[in-house]
Parts: sequence; C-alpha cells; structure tokens
Amino acid sequence: MAGTAVLGRLTWEAAEVADVVDETPRVRSLVLDVSGWAGHRAGQHLDVRLTAEDGYQAQRSYSIASPPGEPPTITVERLEDGEVSPYLVGEARTGDRFEIRGPIGGWFVWKARSASSAQRTRGGGPGEPGGSTGEYDAAPLLLVAGCSGIVPLMAMIRLRASAVDATPSLLVYVSRTLEDVIYREELDELAQRGDGLEAFLTLTREKPAGWSGYTRRVDRALLDETAWPPTQRPHVFICGSTGFVEAAASALVDLGHDPARIKTERFGATG
Amino acid sequence: MSFPTRGFHGRRRESGDAAGRIPPGQHLVDGFPVLSAGPTPHTPLADWTFSIRGGGGPVTWTWEEFRALPTTTVTVDIHCVTKWSKLDTVWEGVSVDTLLETVDDDSPYLLAFCDGGYTTNLAREDVSDGKAWVAYAYRGVAGSSTDSTGHFGRTPRQSPRVLETAPQAVPQDGEPLEDEHGGPARLLVPHLYFWKSAKWVRGFELRDEDEPGFWESNGYHIRGDPWLEQRYWGD
Repeated sequence: MAGTAVLGRLTWEAAEVADVVDETPRVRSLVLDVSGWAGHRAGQHLDVRLTAEDGYQAQRSYSIASPPGEPPTITVERLEDGEVSPYLVGEARTGDRFEIRGPIGGWFVWKARSASSAQRTRGGGPGEPGGSTGEYDAAPLLLVAGCSGIVPLMAMIRLRASAVDATPSLLVYVSRTLEDVIYREELDELAQRGDGLEAFLTLTREKPAGWSGYTRRVDRALLDETAWPPTQRPHVFICGSTGFVEAAASALVDLGHDPARIKTERFGATG
Repeated sequence: MSFPTRGFHGRRRESGDAAGRIPPGQHLVDGFPVLSAGPTPHTPLADWTFSIRGGGGPVTWTWEEFRALPTTTVTVDIHCVTKWSKLDTVWEGVSVDTLLETVDDDSPYLLAFCDGGYTTNLAREDVSDGKAWVAYAYRGVAGSSTDSTGHFGRTPRQSPRVLETAPQAVPQDGEPLEDEHGGPARLLVPHLYFWKSAKWVRGFELRDEDEPGFWESNGYHIRGDPWLEQRYWGD
C-alpha cells in the first residue's frame, strides 16, 4: 500500500521553544514553534537533534503531547544519566532553538470519531500511511499509561476533548507518587466533565494522606476492576517502560482482550 | 543546516574503538530496550515451526528439527531505529544461509513472518553470505560477566565475529531467548536497524518484489541501513 507511494523526505527543521511548562519536578513540556509543521496524529513522536558548539550532535525521540491541529509539544522526563533530557528539562528556555523532524510513526495512533477540524492534518508524508490505520476508530478507547508513558496517550485524550468526541474512553495511569503525576490538573478537569472519559490513577510508591485511590501496580486484578471488559472490544493503547507494558499487555490478553487490538509503545531509558 | 543549540554541550562523546562503531544519530546503552508493536506472543515449542514458502512448496522445520541444524555463535553490534546501539552482543543461531540453501528458489526478496502478525521485508542479499541468523539464544555482551567463554575481544566495525559450532541439543552457554526479546527464535540481521531482526519469527515468504512489511508500511524505511541513517520513508 502506502510504502510504494512517492513519499517526501522528513527533513530536519528548526524548532524554537515557544513556551515551557513545568509539569512535575522531573518533567517539563516544551511547546515548539516549527514553521511548516505539517501536522501530526495523536500518538506520534518526533526526533530532536541537539548540536554543541564543537559540532557534536545527539538525537532522541520524544512523543508528542499536543493534539493534532496544535503546535507540537513534547513532554520530557529528566533521566539522571541522560544527555539530552537534562538539557531539555533543565536548560532549555523560551527562544532557544534546536532541530526536529517528524511526525513519525503510523501505528501507535488514534483518530477521533467525529471529523472535526481539530484532527485534520496535512497528511501524506512519512508516518501518514493512511490505509488500515486511517479509518476512524469507533470502538471505546482503553489507555494504559505507566509514568511518562502518559505523553502520547495525552495527545489522544486531548484530541478527544478538542474534537468533542463522545468515544467512551478510560485511562488507567500508574505513577510512583502523586507529585510525579503529569497533567494532573488537566486530567482531573477532563474526567470531571462527565462526557465519557474515566480516569483511574494508581500510585505505587506512596499513599498520600486522604488518598482514596488505588495504590497498586497494574496487574490482571486491577485491570479487571477498572478497564473495559473484552466484550466491549476496545482499542487498547499501552505506553510505559518495557516491564510495565509487558505486564499490562499480558494481563489484558489473559483477561480475554484480542491481542490484535492492543497497541504498545515502550520507553527504554535512553537519556 | 545544523546550528548550535545554546547551552547544549553533550557529554557522551565516545572515544577510541567505540566511536567508529556507532552509526550517525545513535548512542550506546547498557540495557536492552525492547521495541514491539503489541503484546508478546507465547508460542509453545511443541507448536513452533519455521517455514520457507516459495519455490517448490513450503519447507518446514519443527523446533527439534530446527535445533538439529548447524549452529553459529556470533558477536555483533546492534542498532535500533529508536536511537540506541549496543556493542558486542553475543547470540547463538542458525545461519539464514543454512535455511535458504534447502529451497530451490532464487527470489531476490523475502518477507519474514512472525507470531503476532508482524512482518518485515528483506532483500535476499541482506540475509545471505553470513549476514543473518535465526537466533534462539542470547549470551549477553562479550567480555561482560554474562559471557562465560572469555573469547571475545574488540570487534571490528560492522564485521560480525562468527564462531562455527556443532549441532547441540540445548544452548550450552546462552540463555534461551526470553519471549519479550523474541523467543523462542528471532531473526538477527545486525547490519540493518534492529526492527529488521524480527522477533518471534516463524518463517520466510520468498518474493519477486520488495513489498513493505509492518514498520515499513508505517513510516519506516524500506531497507534500514543505520550507517546511511535510513530511518524513515524518504531517508
């Protein structure tokens, strides 16, 4: 199908940091101003390339947190032994420039059901293959996030909100501590709208005073309690560390979910 | 068009031997990250087969038959399109040459197919002449504590070190490949980005045309040479 079509090259483009949002003590979002950004789909990522004064370069991939139709925003977690993430989280400020290219990835993507302008992109480039991944997903959405694995799923949640899409959606989000929860206020606000988004938060390293939510790891029992049953045939997106994704995906398969409807993305700690 | 980024100095410049072994845009990792598109399949060995379709009809090996084939131990550098590279990884496997020589078919391309529905396309020349294996065991990194042989030293850039070994009933040193890393068997094509080293591989379909597989249909390059930085469509 699309792989044989004539395709444009993904070129490196200059990106300027338009805004910086501190999400948690270790996580920061960078809103990027990229002239000629062709748009992206919810779940895609982009590559960042930093160049030092002596010409040394380093590249990493980051998921896009903003919904289609908005400028690309990346949300980056600082890895202590990292090279690029400490710069992006600790050093970069408004007006700084570096190179990016994207959007990338045609698999771990979700399209809202309603054909709102918010989800339209100027497709056709790499990572916009169309075909089987191009149709609107009508099934309920089951999102399972481990720590910073929330980022590409947040693009889906934001797309759903901006498109006023009524697709029943359910998020199970695991965080170490409450302080580490990324997008907490926004998720609270969206879940309280009562328009079909449910969110379950579980904390694995602390139980804050007054916390009545889950304090368990994601396993079969927790997903059995919280997630859509297999009879709903949800589209499942799981993102997090390798161990987390392995555990969550295996648990959902054990519960009877169709492996073919489970899409995964794993974050190696790659600095 | 690259330009310096204010405040970025970088700190991981590799020197010496390693420097020449890291393709553009890659960096070294100590761990072994996993990239896959969906849940990990768990195929019992009793149900596992490896098949080559094409030519005079399918040739199929059961797990026992596959493990009775001559095996090779290789030390190779691997490069994932998600930007990590890992040097001196040691694997045990069956050379793809050994598998392909059983069929009378010189189709120039093949599609590797896998449990879970994953596919990847490869040119025959990219898996011939000692460049690719179907690996069933991973021994860790040469020179590290997980390598019990102590025979592995520095590896020339891009040249897999190959030790011929006799058929053996069970892996002698290597750990059986964990399911999440592609077990029971995965393809190993180390001179291309690692998505070409398809996990959970179950066979090859020989083809006259180079038709894109799974990632190749989802934005990734049709061939994927890390030294040419062929990551995405159009690279």
